[in-house]
Order: sequence, then structure tokens, then C-alpha cells
Amino acid sequence: MFAVENGLQGDPRLQAISDAIRVIPHFPKTGIMFQDITTLLLDPVAFKHVVDIFVDRYKHMNISLVAGVEARGFIFGPPIALAIGAKFVPLRKPGKLPGRVISEEYELEYGNDRLEMSVEAVKSHERALVIDDLVATGGTLSASIKLLERAGAEVVECACVVGLPKFKGHCKLKGKPLYVLVEPSQLDEVTF
Amino acid sequence: MSLTIIHLFLLLSPLRKQRIYVQCFSLTMSGNKEEEDPRINGIKTKIRVVTCSVSKIAGIMFQDITTVLLDPKAFKDTIDLFVERYRDNNISVVAGIEARGFLFGPPIALAIGAKFVPLPKPKKLPGETIFEEYELEYGNDRLEMHVGAVEAGDRALVVDDLIATGGTLCAAINLLERVGAEVVECACVIELPELQGRQRLKGKPLCMLVEYR
Repeated sequence: MFAVENGLQGDPRLQAISDAIRVIPHFPKTGIMFQDITTLLLDPVAFKHVVDIFVDRYKHMNISLVAGVEARGFIFGPPIALAIGAKFVPLRKPGKLPGRVISEEYELEYGNDRLEMSVEAVKSHERALVIDDLVATGGTLSASIKLLERAGAEVVECACVVGLPKFKGHCKLKGKPLYVLVEPSQLDEVTF
Repeated sequence: MSLTIIHLFLLLSPLRKQRIYVQCFSLTMSGNKEEEDPRINGIKTKIRVVTCSVSKIAGIMFQDITTVLLDPKAFKDTIDLFVERYRDNNISVVAGIEARGFLFGPPIALAIGAKFVPLPKPKKLPGETIFEEYELEYGNDRLEMHVGAVEAGDRALVVDDLIATGGTLCAAINLLERVGAEVVECACVIELPELQGRQRLKGKPLCMLVEYR
């Protein structure tokens, strides 16, 4: 579900967020129009809009845990967690987290990768939000949901700044709702 | 007489703060006894120290800040301490070193109205970049920054979770200075002072909350 489908149609903040995202063609490979959110981070007003919209949505949902996918989920997750009084749990590439971890594999276009989470980070029945900058295939978010559910948490929603149009409507990932702010920006929007 | 002493403390306190760089929150205006901000102990108790193979420096215990993030108050206190220090300091850029600098830098940047600039390892940034090499125990690594993200005249803060040898922070300072920014300070939650990282910051001051020996 996109923000415009859920009460924010015409909200100028969404246009400001979209305008602040830079498109880099053919990164990391030919044919991919990469959505570069680093330009959004250079615009403190637009960056704050992102956080404010997510905080407004989640602050009354009794979320006790915000899980962010390394590395760009680390940028958006903590400000949301801090504002709603939730803990922040990093979901990391293999070998980065100390202590006992659980891991979940997910598919890449060629081969697999893994996400890890600290086992002590999650208590049973916690209500969790998963955050990342962008959802494309949903592979990383699905792995994130699995990690949290294996640890006993209830994933309330997944949230992303950018999402492909296929996630409109009541599209779900592993049965969990998805909330997206904007569709991918187009190449003719110049920033910097 | 007592009025003179009070004036003396008030006059000297800013200078003392500049010299007392070990813990930038260790002084209050109350006089000759160093009083640590009470929030710092709460943060320190949340840092988990583990022995594991994740540590890149042989023989050093790993200071795990993810346990601070699990405590909303401790995490908020960490951010608040830095925000209180920097919000009236005209900082226009907060640069965060990947990946744990990404946890602390953006909340600080948002609170003080500065841009956030990520400094990741190679090949993560999609646009045109510049890079700076730094030494590891065996070999080198690089930090990168997007061209155009930081402008000449920007006043910058560099943020990471921990300073050990200072290599990555030094690389970050170099990147920022090469594009004409002024690095005002480096901010870390943790310092390992025995590794003398603060000597490698090109004379830039370091603000940290907790030290481990």
C-alpha cells in the first residue's frame, strides 16, 4: 500500500520526498535505475518528512521494536524508533553481529545472501516494524519477517521509502502489510 | 572573595572544557569536582562487552553498542547528549561512517537540521565518488563519499560508534577536507584510549561518552 492510497493523497511532503531522490541509471548493473536516497539525506526538510510520516503512522500502533536492514535501513530505522519509543534492532550481513545470532537466507538474482539478527534482541510477542529504504523483489524484507517471527515477534508491517508500483493495493509480503511512501523517481529529476 | 572565585570558575570553565577532551560531558559549571552527566553511566551499563571473532583487532574485546539501541532511553540519551553539544554550533554536515555511524549520525543530523552524508566502503555509493585509503592491520581499505554531497565551507561533524586506532576517522576527515569542508569535531560513543586513535585525528577534537581500557 502506498501512502497516497491511505490518506496522504496530495500531501506535498510526498512530492518533496520524491523530488529529493536521485536516479542513477545502470547501477549496480545495466538496466537498473537505482534510486539514490543519499540526496534525500542532504535535504534535512525532506528527510524529516520521511521520518514524520512514518512516526505519525506507527506511534499509536504499540510498536516496541523497529528492525532495520543493513545498511540503508540503519539510516531510517533509528530516527523512527527514537520518536516512537521503540528499540532498534539491526539486521545485518553475516559475521557482523557479536554474540548469538540466527540467520535467514534469501535469494539474489544470482545466488543467495543471508541476514542475521541477535537472538537476545527480541522478546516473544513483541510488535515489530521492519524498515528499509526500498522494496523491489521483497526478498530481504521476507527474510527479515522470518527472522523476527522465528524469535517470537509479531511483524505488524514493513515500511519502505520507495517501492515498485506492483506493491499498490493490499499487496502483502509473507502475509504482512507493506507501507510505501513513493514510487521510483524518474531520470529527468535532477538533484545535487 | 567568594564572588571572585565564582567568576574565576565561570571564566575558566570554557577553557577547561576545551582542554578536558577525554570526556566532553564530564564537567558541569559546579566547580572543581568533575561531575559526569548522569545519563552517561546509564549508557555505559547498556554496552555489552564480548569476546568474539568479529573483532578486527586481535586481543581487543568487542564493545557492542547494539544493546544500547535495545534500550530506548539509553539510545535517546546518547543522541541527546550529542545534540545538546552541537545544535548551536552551526554544523551543516554530519558524516557517518558505515555501518554503525549510520545508527547515530542521522538522528543527530535530523535534530540539528544538518545534512547527513554516509561514508561507506567501496562500491556502495551509486554516483560519482572520491575515496580515501586507510590502513588495516593487514592491507588497506577505503572510505568513499559522493562528489557534491559536501561543499566548501560546510562545517562537519564525523560520527562513528567507536574510535580505536583512528584510521577510519582520519580517512573521513581527509575526505571532508579535500572538498573544502571544515571538520569541527569527531563524535564517538566509545573510545579505546590505549590505541591512541585521538592522536590520528589531524588535530581535530574528539568527543566521546565512554572509554574502555
